[in-house]
Amino acid sequence: MSNDTTISDIATAEHGTSLWKDAWIRLKKNRLALFGLAVLTLFIIVALLTPWIAPYGYETQDLDLGATPPSAAHWLGTDIFGRDLLTLIMYGGRISLAVGFVATTVALLIGVTYGAIAGYAGGKIDAAMMRLVDILYALPFMIFIVLLMVVFGRNLLLLFLAIGAVEWLTMARIMRSQVQSLRQQEFVEAAVSLGLGPATIIRRHIIPNALGPIIVYTTLTIPSVMLLEAFLSFLGLGVQPPQTSWGLLISYGAETMEEFPWLLIFPGLALSLTLFSLNFLGDGLRDALDVRSSKD
Amino acid sequence: MWRFIGIRLLQAVPVILAVITVTFFLVRMAPGGPFDSEKAVMPEVKAALEAQYRLDLPLPQQYLAYLGDLTKGDLGPSFKYPGRDVNELISAGLPVTAELGIYALLVALFLGGISGVVASLKPNTAQDYIPMSLAMIGICMPAFLFGPLLVLVFGIYLEWLPVAGWGDIPGDKILPSITLGTAYAAYIARLGRAGMLEVMSQDYIRTARAKGLPEWQVVTRHALRGGMIPVVAFLGPAFAGLLTGSFVVETIFQVPGLGRFFVQAAFNRDYTMILGSTVFLSTLIVLFNLLSDILAAWMNPRLRAQFGGR
Amino acid sequence: MPLNRLKTLVVLVFFSTLVACGGGESNVSSGNREGILHYGNGSEPQGLDPHVVTGVPENHLIRALFEGLAVKNPYTLEPEPGVAESWDFSEDGRIITFHLNPRAKWSNGDPMTAQDYVWSWQRALNPAMGNLYAYMLFPVKNAKAYATGDLADPEQLGVKALDKLTLQVTLNEPTPYFIQLMDHYSTFAVHRPTIEKFGKSTDRFTKWTRVENMVSNGAFKLSQWRLNRRIVMEKSTTYWDADKVKLNGIVFYPTENIVSEERMFRAGQLHYTQVIPLEKIPVYQAMENTPYVQAPYLGTYFFLINTKVPPVDDVRVRQALSMAVDRDTLAATVMQKSVYPAYSITPPGALGYKPPKVFGYDLEKARALLAEAGYPNGEGWPGLEITYNTSESHRKIAVALQQMWKEALDIEVTIANQEWKVYLDSVTQMNFQVARRGWIGDYVDPNNFLDLYLTGGGNNNTGFADPHYDDLILRKAPQAKSREERFAIFTEAETMLMKEMPIIPVYTYTSKHLINPSVRGVPSNLMDSINFKYVWLDLETKTGTGE
Repeated sequence: MSNDTTISDIATAEHGTSLWKDAWIRLKKNRLALFGLAVLTLFIIVALLTPWIAPYGYETQDLDLGATPPSAAHWLGTDIFGRDLLTLIMYGGRISLAVGFVATTVALLIGVTYGAIAGYAGGKIDAAMMRLVDILYALPFMIFIVLLMVVFGRNLLLLFLAIGAVEWLTMARIMRSQVQSLRQQEFVEAAVSLGLGPATIIRRHIIPNALGPIIVYTTLTIPSVMLLEAFLSFLGLGVQPPQTSWGLLISYGAETMEEFPWLLIFPGLALSLTLFSLNFLGDGLRDALDVRSSKD
Repeated sequence: MWRFIGIRLLQAVPVILAVITVTFFLVRMAPGGPFDSEKAVMPEVKAALEAQYRLDLPLPQQYLAYLGDLTKGDLGPSFKYPGRDVNELISAGLPVTAELGIYALLVALFLGGISGVVASLKPNTAQDYIPMSLAMIGICMPAFLFGPLLVLVFGIYLEWLPVAGWGDIPGDKILPSITLGTAYAAYIARLGRAGMLEVMSQDYIRTARAKGLPEWQVVTRHALRGGMIPVVAFLGPAFAGLLTGSFVVETIFQVPGLGRFFVQAAFNRDYTMILGSTVFLSTLIVLFNLLSDILAAWMNPRLRAQFGGR
Repeated sequence: MPLNRLKTLVVLVFFSTLVACGGGESNVSSGNREGILHYGNGSEPQGLDPHVVTGVPENHLIRALFEGLAVKNPYTLEPEPGVAESWDFSEDGRIITFHLNPRAKWSNGDPMTAQDYVWSWQRALNPAMGNLYAYMLFPVKNAKAYATGDLADPEQLGVKALDKLTLQVTLNEPTPYFIQLMDHYSTFAVHRPTIEKFGKSTDRFTKWTRVENMVSNGAFKLSQWRLNRRIVMEKSTTYWDADKVKLNGIVFYPTENIVSEERMFRAGQLHYTQVIPLEKIPVYQAMENTPYVQAPYLGTYFFLINTKVPPVDDVRVRQALSMAVDRDTLAATVMQKSVYPAYSITPPGALGYKPPKVFGYDLEKARALLAEAGYPNGEGWPGLEITYNTSESHRKIAVALQQMWKEALDIEVTIANQEWKVYLDSVTQMNFQVARRGWIGDYVDPNNFLDLYLTGGGNNNTGFADPHYDDLILRKAPQAKSREERFAIFTEAETMLMKEMPIIPVYTYTSKHLINPSVRGVPSNLMDSINFKYVWLDLETKTGTGE
């Protein structure tokens, strides 16, 4: 990156707060990342305000109207029940965004911590921890989720947790392999020889350096979580109708793409726009947080 | 190196045993049984069925009996398909799913690898944005959307390719492979790009450049190996994911693979089939993870030195 | 750059494959030429043993491979000779004598005998067999006692071989629909030596149904069975009526995904589809020479009500809910005019039976009833949950119904989508308030629908119990002297049922197929019954797929 961050950067290695502040300064220069941030913020605000600003009630049907293309009354058209698509997308966004963020946060927290510990500890601890990951990988998670849904009743929070609990595994593997290679680096060895504890080393040196791949994988996890939710809802294990989500709207839309293309296009646009924004923001963050490239 | 592999394989035994145990008892907790059907089943009939499938024994005894059969390589009879045993169902589906998985992985590595590397060479330029945006579309595009879209274009409108089937009509393997591979291509592209960017800022790359090597040699000889580590770490789980995750693609294209059996077994409460698939799958996953660890180690010069030392 | 070379190569290979496979002959046109029907069969069958499996796809396969004593004429649904040339009833209607066709043979050339039926029915009813459809033979004397283990000796069953070709069946009481049951696979004969060669007669696991082992007696025989890909049959040369069989073969495809099935049809990979996605119906209906064929089907789509839990334990609430369902709109919009509104459990037109119409769509009356029950304008309503199993069309009905009840009665209604086995468990445990349900007739008779609601019946699942109703169905109807008298008794019973409202009928099913115009001899009928023996492919027809 640029050369104007020489002095402050040296300080960041010691002070976490200024690392973030500095990153923000760099992020602000990345227009695409800012665009992504703006879109996401907008979507989140809309999602929060949906009950007050949605043009129709999301259950309001007009069976005689049926599926109609976009019109003045229904900007994005209606579905087969005559429900307003814009309203459905707004309500669907609430669920999709919530699933995406909550489940990914769960996955991120568990996965990064777990992977960092395993990778740093190495040896037997690492082997034991990674075997546990293997066990969980090998579990038929479909049944796992069916059971959760049945034993504890259907609720969204559980769905988030269940998805998060599945998604952290890959995160842990990636984190571990990052840590393994970082641990061999001179600056970590230097920190060890300085007598710093493992927790400090992981927090100060390993995690910041591994942030790049983690952020990238996070921006990958959010979409896959959103799609997983759609898949589960489609199988009848997720969001209950008439509640809906973008993934669910897309899966319905895909079945009628020839007859009612708008039912596919608009939810698809909403999802794509979100994912693109996440992507731009993720890349921007990765560049902004890249400690090593800033040391150049 | 061999010792490392040996240890990992030994460790796999308790892993798989644990998976079997958890699954065995987990599936029994799910409501509904294999013989529930829409029309009421007479109690006498149900009792007879349960006796035929040993379900009348106490659960721990069933568990031991299952393990006993397993040591003989017998996964038991299917509940859903009387007259078929699980070994037969798996061996019917496996070649198909494996073939589909390999084609998909090739598609993914090819498309994803190239776009990831290309994008990483000139970050934040059009050469970066275009392939990465395509990758993002690939990620956004669920198989249940992408598959039908491909079918509509190439199968129905252009009439170039069959719309469904596997190995029945020439060319019917193309669309399923592309559909399944694309989502993974997108992941590989992004992981590859990130990995390459990490590596390109490393000292040894700068050294290589300083030696005056042409850029493409720097990339292929030095950077590629380190930059692909995240991709390789992803491949193990990805291939396992391809084996189970092909369900949607198999459904759309009527591909007679394992994914459909596996998912349907859960819905049918086909206990032996669920367990059989789980045992089979967990063995595969353990193997593939091992393989991807070995590959990653081989690609990482420092870890390789460590292996050599052992 | 080596990568570039590789890329070029792969792209070249890819596109040359694309080009190479374009323009191949479609299944439909090659099938028409060779007399092979390409048939979308819904799903992979559980198996092909007539006494083990249940299900519609299995039914199609088994009825192509085997033939019963009597078969349904696909045009009239009246029984006509199958393995039995003729049959006669005793004076009191309790004894039926079947005269087997001397030309009837197994596919290995063995002649068919009356003893085959005696042995097969003993097998079908053997409690160790675990045959889900054993009850089909319960009208036979001692059958129920044997199947439930109360009677150990199979020789006491009311089925005897008088000689090689004469089979005598003794019934508990006159059963007008018994001949129809002879076309149900649970009453089919199976080849004893083949079964015994591969295991015990009651063994569910044996391999006698595999291509290389199977012996059957129908118009077709098994020639290939590739799991989840296809089942191929060819015309049987040993079939007694082989001269009339026009198809040379049939290929059955396990077309589980109905959207894919429709695409396969459009691409010319199928002659015949099991169903059609709802949204496609208007598109096909608008076509000239449409391949879409829709006909009434002997089945009713309805909602079960748990009469043991509030608020639906109150008959007035049940009636109010039922009257507030706008079935016409539902059928016309959500179901794309592909079904008929239903106001009774029995579908109309079951061999002349006209079900009573006890109630109609009446919002005012519905509101009044709800107020009477203590919920004026929905006040004090404790909530209601509609349970259904995962499926696109169930979801649509449930979502529409929920909104109808909310709007019409101002009551809170939620819906719960359950995975199939969870749903079955909820229904049998009566762990629901209102649950989606469908019933497809096994034979054309009101009895098949009305006996569901006998006290404690396995398919009752509503808690409905009325001794008077039981008496009508179990005692009075079988003793009726004439069809009119019998139907009058059924009308009385059904009126009682619809007043008590343990179920909310919604619509009468229809069969919906896409059928290539070249396929002939597939008349629509109430049972959606296809007899492949009569099917042929008309070479003169253009093989368009309706594009």
